[in-house]
Amino acid sequence: MTSPMVEARGVRKSYGGVEVLKGVDLTVVRGEVTCLIGPSGSGKSTLLRCINHLEKHDAGELRVEGHLIGYEARDGKLYELNDKQICSERSQIGMVFQRFNLFQHLTVLENITIGQTKVKGVGSDAAVAKARELLARVGLVAKEKNYPSQLSGGQQQRVAIARALAMEPKLMLFDEPTSALDPELVGEVLDVMKDLALSGMTMIVVTHEMNFAREVANTVYFLDQGVIEESGDPKVILSAPASQRLKSFLSKVL
Amino acid sequence: MTSNGDATLKVVPVRHRGRWVGVGAALLFIAMLVHTLFSRVPNGQGSCHPGKGVATCWRFAWNDVGQYFTTSEILHGLLITLELTPLAMIIGIVLGVILAVMRLSPNRLLSSTAWSYTWFFRGTPVFVQLYFWLYIALLYPSFSIGLPFLHYVPFTHVAFWHFDSNSLFTPFKAAVVAFGLNEAAYMSEIARSGLIAVDEGQIEAATSIGMTRGQTLRLVILPQAMRVIIPPTGNEVISMLKTTSLASAIGVSELIGAATNIYTGNYKIMALLIVASLWYLIVTTILSVGQFYLERRFAKGALRTPPPTPIQRIRRDLRGIAAKFPTGHRKFAEVGQ
Repeated sequence: MTSPMVEARGVRKSYGGVEVLKGVDLTVVRGEVTCLIGPSGSGKSTLLRCINHLEKHDAGELRVEGHLIGYEARDGKLYELNDKQICSERSQIGMVFQRFNLFQHLTVLENITIGQTKVKGVGSDAAVAKARELLARVGLVAKEKNYPSQLSGGQQQRVAIARALAMEPKLMLFDEPTSALDPELVGEVLDVMKDLALSGMTMIVVTHEMNFAREVANTVYFLDQGVIEESGDPKVILSAPASQRLKSFLSKVL
Repeated sequence: MTSNGDATLKVVPVRHRGRWVGVGAALLFIAMLVHTLFSRVPNGQGSCHPGKGVATCWRFAWNDVGQYFTTSEILHGLLITLELTPLAMIIGIVLGVILAVMRLSPNRLLSSTAWSYTWFFRGTPVFVQLYFWLYIALLYPSFSIGLPFLHYVPFTHVAFWHFDSNSLFTPFKAAVVAFGLNEAAYMSEIARSGLIAVDEGQIEAATSIGMTRGQTLRLVILPQAMRVIIPPTGNEVISMLKTTSLASAIGVSELIGAATNIYTGNYKIMALLIVASLWYLIVTTILSVGQFYLERRFAKGALRTPPPTPIQRIRRDLRGIAAKFPTGHRKFAEVGQ
């Protein structure tokens, strides 16, 4: 078997003395959807942000496709990568944020082309063609000239997904992508994500949408207080949780 | 309610009696001011000059103002003012942005260097700085570009470029440097406030698609910071326009310098100060219009609908007036389109 897409071994992270991740192990298989669930403050988002090195983990090993993230192992030492090397690693990992974070000063189309032209060095015609194709995929062809502030939250999040996909990532990270949305807009974003999962994209999704986890995820990890409390097939662990903590968490969110 | 269903009830607005008293007082004051502006006084009083065969003349010497308004010396002074202002502002803005980025750097040395710069240049009078650069030769008789500190080692001193301070810092250049470096201290605070105002999520998003720090700053942060930076920068440009008048003290014949040169000869002090002030007002007005359009341009994406330009506003008002007329006056409405 080839190396898994993401592999975490004993990952730790603290912020000013408070340990948020206390040795997390996780394996994400290529082409599968993994959901991270758990109460707020459990470390789900931090773990996600460590995977594309938006946060530096303090200890443990974190590998994407077998490569250490942010470091290079040579002669028995770990060398921190420079800005440029980390950037090129990051450009292959797409990320979707809770608050969309679209570039406010650019149109929808420009939001999707800027990474292609400035980071990947794609020509502008090809970038625009790709952007239009992705806008069609998320159902927003008519909005290409609009600015983010003129779109609804659900539309903005779909543009954000298109922006990440434009970089042709091998892995997509979603950090509570529907938490900032009005309830009636959640569905349109989840639909795009389901579609993406069906196309074979490897995805790690931090979410509170238990139905999405049950339907789409191959594996669910339940984090609590910086450790993975329980993990496995969503159909099993969400219906018959083994741990008391997951049981009480599910009783609150469902 | 008894009036339910009666759709024709007329709305009577509240009467503001106190406001009308205020309006009356203001109108009276304005009328008095305008009257004095255009009143005449007997020969030989104030800025009035006898010997032209006129019994009375303008209190504000408007005829002199008109005469000197476009003399070549004044126009030349205006030109120098219009050179000093942008040159100083360019130095101020470029250095200010660099200082702001340094100030926000996680490196303590860089951020404290930037802080100290602002502390020093904001904490001493620009007038003193002006003289300081003019007389810099007293401290550093010459400047040379070479390898640092090697002049302490015998036979190793190599200078690629060498020049004399006195010939380098002419009054004009001293003024440009003094105003530019002083402005950088203020601009750095303005730029810093703009950079901080950009949401951190924007930086994360740029980082997540693989942009380097430089790209993030250039392509994502600065364009959005501009919206916050431009209004106070416009203020700074207008302020700089007038601050350059200080250069007259070190012998630069900019607008005020030119006016002073003329009135020391003929004592038409008020007339020439009015001439200079009118020019400042004209340039300020043009700059304000420019600022409006610049702000509009950088507001892209921040507002769902950008504010109308004055021309659009006039058109809209005309259309509003036209709409009040019956169809017979449609021609008027079309003019407003």
